[in-house]
Amino acid sequence: MYQEKLKIDWITIALYAAIMIFGWMNIYSACYEESHAAIFDFSQFHGKQLIWMGLALLTAAVIMLTEPRVFSNMSYPIYGIVLGLLVLTLFLAVTVNGGKSWIDLGGFRFQPSEFAKFATALALAKYLSAIDIDLKDMRTKVISLILIAIPAVLVLLQHDTGSALVFASFIFPLYREGVSGVVLVIGVAAIALFIMALLVNKYIILGILALMAVGYLFVWLNKRSRKDYFRTLGIFACCALFVFSVDFVFNNVLESHQRERIDVLLGKTEDLQGSGYNVNQSKIAIGSGGIIGKGFLGGTVTKANFVPEKHTDFIFCTVGEEWGFLGCTILLILYNLLLQRLINMAERQRSPFARIYGYCVASILFIHLLVNVGMVIGLVPVIGIPLPFFSYGGSSLLAFTILLFIFIRQDASKNQLL
Amino acid sequence: MSNKYADRSHVVKIIFIVVGALFVGRLAMLQLFNPEYKEKAELQSLRNVTQYPARGFIYDRHGELLVHNEAVYDLMVIPRMVKDLDTAYFCQSLDITLDDFNERIEKARKYSSYSASIFMKQISKEEYAKFENKMFRFKGFYISQRTLRIYDRPIAAQVLGYVGEVDQADLDRDHYYKRGDYIGKSGLEKSYEEVLRGTKGKKIMHVDAHNREIGPYRHGEFDTLPIEGCNLYTTLDADLQTYAEDLMANKRGCVVAIEPSTGEILAMVSAPTYDPNLLVGRIRGKNYLMLNSDIAKPMLNRALIGQYPPGSIFKVAQSMVALDLGVITPSSGFACEKSLVGCHNHPSARSVQEAIKMSCNPYFYQVYRRVIQQGKYKNLYKDAQYGLTIWHDYMMRFGFGQKLDIDLPKSGLSTGNIPDTAFYNKWYGKERWAFSTIYSNSIGQGEVTVVPIQMANLAAIVANRGYYITPHMVRFYGPDSVRNEKYLQRHETGIDPQFFDIAAAGMYDVVHVAGGTARRARVDGLDICGKTGTAENYGNDHSVFICFAPKDNPKIAMAVYVENAQGGGGTWAAPIAGLLVEKYLNGEVKRTDVEKMYREINPCQKLPLTRRVKKAKKR
Repeated sequence: MYQEKLKIDWITIALYAAIMIFGWMNIYSACYEESHAAIFDFSQFHGKQLIWMGLALLTAAVIMLTEPRVFSNMSYPIYGIVLGLLVLTLFLAVTVNGGKSWIDLGGFRFQPSEFAKFATALALAKYLSAIDIDLKDMRTKVISLILIAIPAVLVLLQHDTGSALVFASFIFPLYREGVSGVVLVIGVAAIALFIMALLVNKYIILGILALMAVGYLFVWLNKRSRKDYFRTLGIFACCALFVFSVDFVFNNVLESHQRERIDVLLGKTEDLQGSGYNVNQSKIAIGSGGIIGKGFLGGTVTKANFVPEKHTDFIFCTVGEEWGFLGCTILLILYNLLLQRLINMAERQRSPFARIYGYCVASILFIHLLVNVGMVIGLVPVIGIPLPFFSYGGSSLLAFTILLFIFIRQDASKNQLL
Repeated sequence: MSNKYADRSHVVKIIFIVVGALFVGRLAMLQLFNPEYKEKAELQSLRNVTQYPARGFIYDRHGELLVHNEAVYDLMVIPRMVKDLDTAYFCQSLDITLDDFNERIEKARKYSSYSASIFMKQISKEEYAKFENKMFRFKGFYISQRTLRIYDRPIAAQVLGYVGEVDQADLDRDHYYKRGDYIGKSGLEKSYEEVLRGTKGKKIMHVDAHNREIGPYRHGEFDTLPIEGCNLYTTLDADLQTYAEDLMANKRGCVVAIEPSTGEILAMVSAPTYDPNLLVGRIRGKNYLMLNSDIAKPMLNRALIGQYPPGSIFKVAQSMVALDLGVITPSSGFACEKSLVGCHNHPSARSVQEAIKMSCNPYFYQVYRRVIQQGKYKNLYKDAQYGLTIWHDYMMRFGFGQKLDIDLPKSGLSTGNIPDTAFYNKWYGKERWAFSTIYSNSIGQGEVTVVPIQMANLAAIVANRGYYITPHMVRFYGPDSVRNEKYLQRHETGIDPQFFDIAAAGMYDVVHVAGGTARRARVDGLDICGKTGTAENYGNDHSVFICFAPKDNPKIAMAVYVENAQGGGGTWAAPIAGLLVEKYLNGEVKRTDVEKMYREINPCQKLPLTRRVKKAKKR
């Protein structure tokens, strides 16, 4: 029988548990009703979440008892199954909050898109860890992108923009495995240009870009080759094209509620009854928390039901209102410790599969944190995705737990001979 | 594969940290340095204020205001917002004791610390004025304005009904209501609740640290205005109602007056009655207990819920059925054979008209036998079953044996009893009963019971010569004058109108011809047609009278019941009906001596009328 001494990374598990328990406390508080104060009241969200937490721990234990090879061997089958589920969802989905990403299994609903995240991570890690793979090859890049794009598009078809956005996180493992850092720069530049194009007159942007190009050519560079001219001109042309396509994308590709949310974020409109309402209320809730907050169960803005989705996507409001700046900072530090820890763990792996998968885990968690907290504090447009291990929800808690523990399992036997 | 990119891990880690730091910076901005949110943190800021719509008014048929509203104030409390309260000063301002205060606040806290509940109900305008300017010292308390019913004329209490606080059943049934809301509990207030109540509005207010409402939240974007309740325009004639209640004082019983051509109820009195103002405001609870425990049951509407044997009045309907079936002719005569059934002394009736006038029991015994025993079957039992089924069908067409579809709460409505074959089969066994078992029905005794409104309706049917429109209390409501279609429909008895002319002639004779039983109902110049009855009872019999007037093109049909009155229908009910008809048709009563007599005399002096009388007796 297969035997080994597991070296489980208890620090990661402790961080995981701490975040989850703090999350549960906030769910309890966010939906607190005096008539349903019992912890084991399973008619309430906090009671249900307890069941999910138990189920998550059980799942984690099962994963820890499984051979690590199983996951790498099963990567493609799992990926295939989840893709199948995503396709099925398109036909069977029930509508929840405007999205069509939930399957109803006799009163029990779950969200396949949550599971697409770790399935894609597995498949990508499997593909990139093959012996003869080099990310310098165009073919490899294209296949990697296709692996990521298929589930992303399927999720997008379910009108679940948030979950689709998560697939952008795979830019980090790709970067780590050798894709040029320019992709990160291009990503940031594109976002910056997009925002500027919406806020500032396009010809002013073009002027600035032209100035930058001229400055680069005649001030920055001492010697200019013909190649430099062409490259600069090419980049300038791309930027110009991008700037002018922003309006088109904004008005024709994005859906109206997404347009409104972006406008609200940029301060162009103050639609307070509609799309601006959530963020305004969540800012009031958080802002009213002050340094140390109003104390556990002391929140009033969240409790008065001004904040919608207060136990799921906007759970961070309750942290802000009841635990204040200190509580928020501690939570963000906990998350960052977890992320740093995951990167360190990834770097110490011997197998490329485990390393790449580790990066995927960290990146997926990171983008959730970025979008969710960013949305609640008004830095990112409103996009509904959960806060990992923290928001109420069975599918997401289970999916995140599986995602994390597959990696912890790989890590626990990293010293085994491959 | 390569570890040559291992350094890139630092880039990734730095990105993570930078984003984290960015968020912390943003949080610091929101939570530490932004005065806007800091201010809002101090403001603690929003309060949901329900705006209660004014309940619709109720008018009489001439547009006279019967029910309207008066403003009162509820003192609301949100327990967790109560801070730094000078309890002694607070109690003194409200004129309550400290124990009282603790009890109330505890009750509110038990309901919820976060949401508002009523601390003190229905504070009058004067009381409110006394501490209005002190409100800023009472954090967590605020005032919510409500309206109470007010009745300028204390009439028609049971018909108008009363308004009370919702109970658990109401809350479960309709989510519109919140604890502490008011709802119509009986009468028109209940049956037209959804018309009268209007729609609640909502106001979200900013409240500052001194508990003052400093203005609407978001310029009132989320606010909704209350929509006022619709007014009810009833069919009641306030003057007639007042006069009828006046005449029925010191008596038990009821009066129902209907306009035959429309089915509109002109007056509905149930005696003893009470002042509807007793069931309003903070005195309601105490008065409710008092009225509810009164042995004379003043809160019951006897006109709708009382079930009495119809007595001789029933004979009018029986003769119509027999004529329509063709088992008798208008000129059929039967001897007054007292061996069949008891009767008073009078010559034998030679026609239906005479029989009605003399109210001859043996005559109607014979009539009813012909209806029940039609000779269809040789077997008397089977024949009776056949006959009773046909008879029962006729009775239903007269509106008997069923709840009339009146626009007052169905729960306060009786069906009366018209026995059918199933009833007797259960009672005696199948084919164990025949005409000889059930003949009492012929003279309105036995198993038959009716409700006063059904008797008034019978008068209306004769007045209309064969049809009725369901009696109702409301002509139309709301600014659009909504009418109920079902109160425009005729319900036909299917009996030839010429037979009803005979009934009308008989009833005219009852009042006007020598030998008639209701000479006391006579009013000079008014063609009152009536029929007396004596409803047998365990104690003293009830005095019953139905009538309509004038004989041709009638304007009013009426039933009068006086309970436990000695002397039969002619003695008590008929003269009261006569006075009411005179009042309604002539506008005033000239026979003041008669009026005085019947107003003051108490026909059932042996019985306690109200509890207070009973107590006085003990003393």
